[in-house]
Amino acid sequence: MLSKRIIACLDVRNGQVVKGVHFEGLRNAGDPAELAARYNQEGIDEVVILDVTATIEGRRALADTVGAVARRIFIPLTVGGGIRSEDDAAAAVDAGADKVSLNTAALVNPDLITTLASRYGSQAVIVAVDAKWVNGRAMVYVRSGQTGTEREAVEWAREAASRGAGEILLTSIDRDGTRQGFDCRLTAAVSAAVPIPVIASGGAGSLEHFAEVFIDGRADAALAASIFHFSEHSVRKLKELLRSREIPVRL
Amino acid sequence: MIALIDYGAGNLTSVRKALHEVGAEVQTPRNPAELDEAFGVIVPGVGNFRATAALDQAWRDAIMGSIERGRPILGICLGLQWLFQGSTEAPGCEGLSLMTGQCDRLEGSADLKIPHVGWNALHFPRASRLFEGVEEGSQVYFTHSFAAPVTGDATAVTTHGATFASAVERGHVFGVQFHPEKSGDVGLRVLKNFLHAL
Repeated sequence: MLSKRIIACLDVRNGQVVKGVHFEGLRNAGDPAELAARYNQEGIDEVVILDVTATIEGRRALADTVGAVARRIFIPLTVGGGIRSEDDAAAAVDAGADKVSLNTAALVNPDLITTLASRYGSQAVIVAVDAKWVNGRAMVYVRSGQTGTEREAVEWAREAASRGAGEILLTSIDRDGTRQGFDCRLTAAVSAAVPIPVIASGGAGSLEHFAEVFIDGRADAALAASIFHFSEHSVRKLKELLRSREIPVRL
Repeated sequence: MIALIDYGAGNLTSVRKALHEVGAEVQTPRNPAELDEAFGVIVPGVGNFRATAALDQAWRDAIMGSIERGRPILGICLGLQWLFQGSTEAPGCEGLSLMTGQCDRLEGSADLKIPHVGWNALHFPRASRLFEGVEEGSQVYFTHSFAAPVTGDATAVTTHGATFASAVERGHVFGVQFHPEKSGDVGLRVLKNFLHAL
């Protein structure tokens, strides 16, 4: 039986891991390669490096970070944040990324999804959808959750899948950094609408929240950052809890 | 030296890196003649079965020649499917026919997503050199929509809706549907076991 995946996200700025609360107030949580290796030992299923660097100089350092992480772990590695073009994606893949995650760029230029899917295969293309409830509708936001769009999350996720995306990384802006739990309603709506796996993100505050998003949210995978970074909760403990709830995991 | 065949179906960085990790010397031959020097061949690849058409008759002859000389071959993902006769994904596109049968699409449903992406368990119908030291039920990383049928060549089977061959072995011809380069310690062990077959 296919396991539900637990994915650790490393928000990286200038080569260092940080984690924003509501995408602001970043605090340092360590060296990306060290952290990735520790997660790997604990049994994390995948690692995502999300580049939150603002400057072009900092972005050039991303390839070094990706390379350093890729040398340490032999599980799927995704790179997201700042992938705006085929060249950006190629640089990430050449550095050792197995998948790239597209966000704003996919919405601005949806052809990029198809271009990358035909070059690297759909399995290498994740479309990140940042969503926020507005008057009862889950709307897509871009530019790190700062700018609203006219697109609905479910409809955009469906289009992304039909254009060649292999997975959807769905982040609830309402929940991100709040530790109140994943947005199960949002996740279930998107998961039911697309044939491809949906990774739920935003809001993990307790181990119980993961069980909720797999059962009520129908998520295929769940992503979190700060809940793991400070060893508050270990990956192994989380998986043991999920297994006790009869949720299939890799232990 | 192991020849890692690059026919443009996906990125080989991860496979190369994992092979280095287990101590293999890897080269990517630029033409079929370079296969002569290889102790073994690895055919990776992801995506559509049609991509294997890039391996033209000269490549097929060189790879078959290498197998006939007793050199082990390992097909990974699409590389495993290519060992079969073909796939309904690309009718008319012939595989190597080293294994009998056609690859076919996995059937999805509301609760069963296709592609099959993630960690799933290996079950062993019989012993295999490739899985020496690997426990029954070990999980490995998959990402695919098409799969090979379970025949007498299957050394590992996995279930995602249907049960399919997650590994095959006949003589020194090996194939794995999962990605050993992305399957943590279990995957590295499988690659190491392949090196021992060289």
